[in-house]
Amino acid sequence: MKKLLTGNEAIARGAYEAGIRYASAYPGTPSTEILENVATYKDNILAEWAPNEKVALESAIGASIAGARSLASMKHVGVNVAADALFTFAYTGVNGGMVLITADEPGQHSSQNEQDNRNYAKFAKIPMLEPSDSQESKDMVKTAIEISEEYDTPVLFRMTTRACHSKGIVECNDRQDVEIKDYEKNINKYMTVPAIARKLRVKVEKRMEKLLNFSNTTELNYFEWNDTKIGVIASGTAFRFAKEVFGDSVSYLKLGFTNPLPTEKIKEFGNKVDKIYIIEENDPYIEEQVKILGFDCYGKNLFPAYGEMTPDVIRKAVYGETKETLEYDKEKVVGRPPTLCAGCPHRGFFHQLGKRKNVMIAGDIGCYTLGFADPYNAMDFNICMGASISAGHGAQQVFNMKKTPDKRVVSVMGDSTFFHTGINSLIDVTYNKSNTVTVILDNRITGMTGHQENPGTGYTLQGMETPELDIEAFVKAAGIKNIVKIDPNDITAVKNALDWALSLDEASVIITRWPCVLKKFSKQDKEEFEDAFQSKYEVDDDTCIGCRACVRTGCPAISFDKKAKKSTIDLNQCVGCSVCSQVCPVKAIGKVEA
Amino acid sequence: MIKNILLVGVGGQGTILASKLLTTGLMEAGYDVKMSEIHGMSQRGGSVSSQVRYGDKVESPVIELGGADILVSFETMEALRWLEYLNPKGKVVVNNYEMGSISILSGKVDYPEGIIDDISQKVDTLVVDAAKYAEELGNSKVMNVILLGATIKSMGLENIDWEKIIRENVKERFIDINIEAFKKGMSLVG
Repeated sequence: MKKLLTGNEAIARGAYEAGIRYASAYPGTPSTEILENVATYKDNILAEWAPNEKVALESAIGASIAGARSLASMKHVGVNVAADALFTFAYTGVNGGMVLITADEPGQHSSQNEQDNRNYAKFAKIPMLEPSDSQESKDMVKTAIEISEEYDTPVLFRMTTRACHSKGIVECNDRQDVEIKDYEKNINKYMTVPAIARKLRVKVEKRMEKLLNFSNTTELNYFEWNDTKIGVIASGTAFRFAKEVFGDSVSYLKLGFTNPLPTEKIKEFGNKVDKIYIIEENDPYIEEQVKILGFDCYGKNLFPAYGEMTPDVIRKAVYGETKETLEYDKEKVVGRPPTLCAGCPHRGFFHQLGKRKNVMIAGDIGCYTLGFADPYNAMDFNICMGASISAGHGAQQVFNMKKTPDKRVVSVMGDSTFFHTGINSLIDVTYNKSNTVTVILDNRITGMTGHQENPGTGYTLQGMETPELDIEAFVKAAGIKNIVKIDPNDITAVKNALDWALSLDEASVIITRWPCVLKKFSKQDKEEFEDAFQSKYEVDDDTCIGCRACVRTGCPAISFDKKAKKSTIDLNQCVGCSVCSQVCPVKAIGKVEA
Repeated sequence: MIKNILLVGVGGQGTILASKLLTTGLMEAGYDVKMSEIHGMSQRGGSVSSQVRYGDKVESPVIELGGADILVSFETMEALRWLEYLNPKGKVVVNNYEMGSISILSGKVDYPEGIIDDISQKVDTLVVDAAKYAEELGNSKVMNVILLGATIKSMGLENIDWEKIIRENVKERFIDINIEAFKKGMSLVG
């Protein structure tokens, strides 16, 4: 049966066919849809959102040790969070096969950095697979599980944005039903106390030797012989991009299994071709190995060390120019950056926070990161998931040290990010007697990645009701005495909460609670937020003085007519959050009467 | 022979449904098909694109600069943003429909004037008043399928059973209006 699948959908199908029984992940672009699609195979696979990537990997490790084939998936930076577990699991090895999927982001479409996670395979000494399209994404899950069980090791499965989010035709097969293996206690394999871990360490090296042999013999690494003047070595989607540019005019060494790299195949290829191009995204991972083997090659000296290696990039590097394009005035095009949606509960909050003077605003990862931009300008930095509260704490300690105690830090973080790694950071704040202001922007869902359930929503990934984590109780338990809960659409409440928090000389937490405008409401949401998004607002032209106060809320439903000097609200977009009407100094904006 | 269709617009305009219908039809017609979209941050009112490639054997899922046979823009200014991806011998189908970005809405900068004239002077261009036709059909959301119809006809793909593809991929109550929209789009291409 043929289906048109994205790489992420194909991985899910592969997991189903490979007899995987347990899967866990934390959402993150471009990996999110992997687990969402795995979750659709409800009868065969238990799929769970974990609060963060470390927990996801650890859960999959436990499932493997207990005997089930398992999978964990995450974006590239998520592997940093999970790395602690990974490096030691690489020592113990598996019971049921286990595959860790990393979704890297060459080009940083939706990420804060562009790290090349192939380095993790080398670093952790585990085998790695790199599919180049959807068909391979599906097939290689099964291969990964087989390698995992045969060589007793977790397998790193490296995707990139284009592999994840591109569709291709996939030939689907039936599921291979695999019994969950028996679990037997085996401390010499799983108890990594130093005396045992030192022995496991030796085993890891032996395993790498066997895997090198596999790498040199597997069909995952193959030649395509054409003219031998130029030979291209490539892996992942970069191979497809290279084939697009060079077609049948060059020979290829296509690498699907990339740790350890197939040294014998590389030598054979290098000896037959006159000139070698290494086409790979991000780091010179393959290039370094080829050079160690003594071959001259064109790699990062010709191709960029960053960004995607799309056909135009390759063409430009090799031939000096892209295909012919139309000449036109590109300056004429106005930027269209992402914005907070009309009705976004973050709007009212950032509108007020941006007005504060003498504060440092520590940001974090989510839709609310857009609070940094015009017209709010309400963020000083962001580093990684969970960092706003802890980095904010460190900054506040230094401001206090410098005897500039009126310089205050406000740390902002979403609900899902708080559950991810913010909780630990808040413990740091109370334990070390900080006086930061922490704001938890609870929009009742994991928003940026497209609405995944989380521990605060009351539902699991596969739709079961589950206890809802009480953020306020958590904050209290962490030792915070000053807590206030507000509706972020209520400008006065936001202002008062910030005034109050900044007046205190000890740590405080403001919890804003209002659902994301795009959220599909649960039964409980319908009760709690009965009136949400039910009304619309309009501008009374006669009253409007053209001051643009409403425009400065950054709402995409509001536009300003420069000739008439009046604002108007697009009723198709307005959902009635009322923030604009509250900031209007002349009360020109009112509810549309039904 | 590989053909390249680049669909561009603003997040929320329905480029994803249009590309889903398009790729499904192409696959059922026996072509090899690849399609690429970027999800995530850009969807929050940002510029979006769906890149569709089909033929005997497709390698890259992305269209390169100067590589598109047709550029279909769901919003006027977006056509200009993506114009460098068009083969100069290719065709533009552009929706005569302006959506301001936040700096335009707030009155900081003006929506650029004369875009359609600029493009028409350089390359074969079909201007579609999809908003007007969609309104006449009774639902502004079917702009995407009107544009899809114009694209299909422009690419000579009208022999595929698109009505069947629409029936199988659109919610039941929206099937009829989408088929009407599709026909309308086809009729706009001579």
